[in-house]
Amino acid sequence: MQNEANNILHLFRQGDALAFERLFRQYQRAVYSWILRITRIPAVAEDLTIETFWRIHQAHAQFEPLRGFEGWARRIATRVALDWLRSQRTERELSLELCAEPASPAVTDAAVTAEIRVQIAQAFTRLPPKLRVAATLAVLEELPQKDVAAALGISVTAVKLRVFRALRLLRKDLERQGITP
Amino acid sequence: MNERNENRMKTLLQHSLPPTGGATGPERDLWPAMLRRLELKPAAAAPASSVCAWDSAWFDGVLLAGLVALAAIFPSAIPVLLYYL
Repeated sequence: MQNEANNILHLFRQGDALAFERLFRQYQRAVYSWILRITRIPAVAEDLTIETFWRIHQAHAQFEPLRGFEGWARRIATRVALDWLRSQRTERELSLELCAEPASPAVTDAAVTAEIRVQIAQAFTRLPPKLRVAATLAVLEELPQKDVAAALGISVTAVKLRVFRALRLLRKDLERQGITP
Repeated sequence: MNERNENRMKTLLQHSLPPTGGATGPERDLWPAMLRRLELKPAAAAPASSVCAWDSAWFDGVLLAGLVALAAIFPSAIPVLLYYL
């Protein structure tokens, strides 16, 4: 079983189309759900999953089978999602879509009205993409900082710093709008 | 920002943008779309990528030169540049 998996990875590295298809079918769900965590929009996550695997296909010769496929795919997926965030300009529409799904009553703070939640979501979309991705993964998705660091290709300290800067910028943005967090 | 404020901001964010959980998969099999993308590759992507690579290198050089010039003329801007890196 392990030998077969290793064999597929080596075949993929050599550009084998069937090996690529096997890897696509095996990891498309993982890549999609990772991108969905960052973009939070299912249709966008589908498109970016295709883009991620296209880049993976293009870079097959640089793949190192000993380091495993999933981590490598996750790093590429993170870069693709980051590129997408950088290309976004329609902040208002995006943030409305992001918070379209209400929080469960169990976790909703009574003092935080729906309007304030929308303003917070909008302020969040105005953050620099690098800070936003770190905050999304570490704060919203509550993923281990080690995993976030590996996906972003930075240290755990850098993740902490980015999250801190994201929260500070968010706080300032909200204060400018007259919202005191 | 102290730790209490940081935690408060985290809680507010989590209330405003609930986690996706990431447990879901795509609603459809994406392989057919992937195949279409791969078929487009030879016609469109290959020449474009080489042009983009050259453009990008040229632009990066100009940007770097601009930043060095800015740092030389206004040394006080260096911390601001480092902050946004």
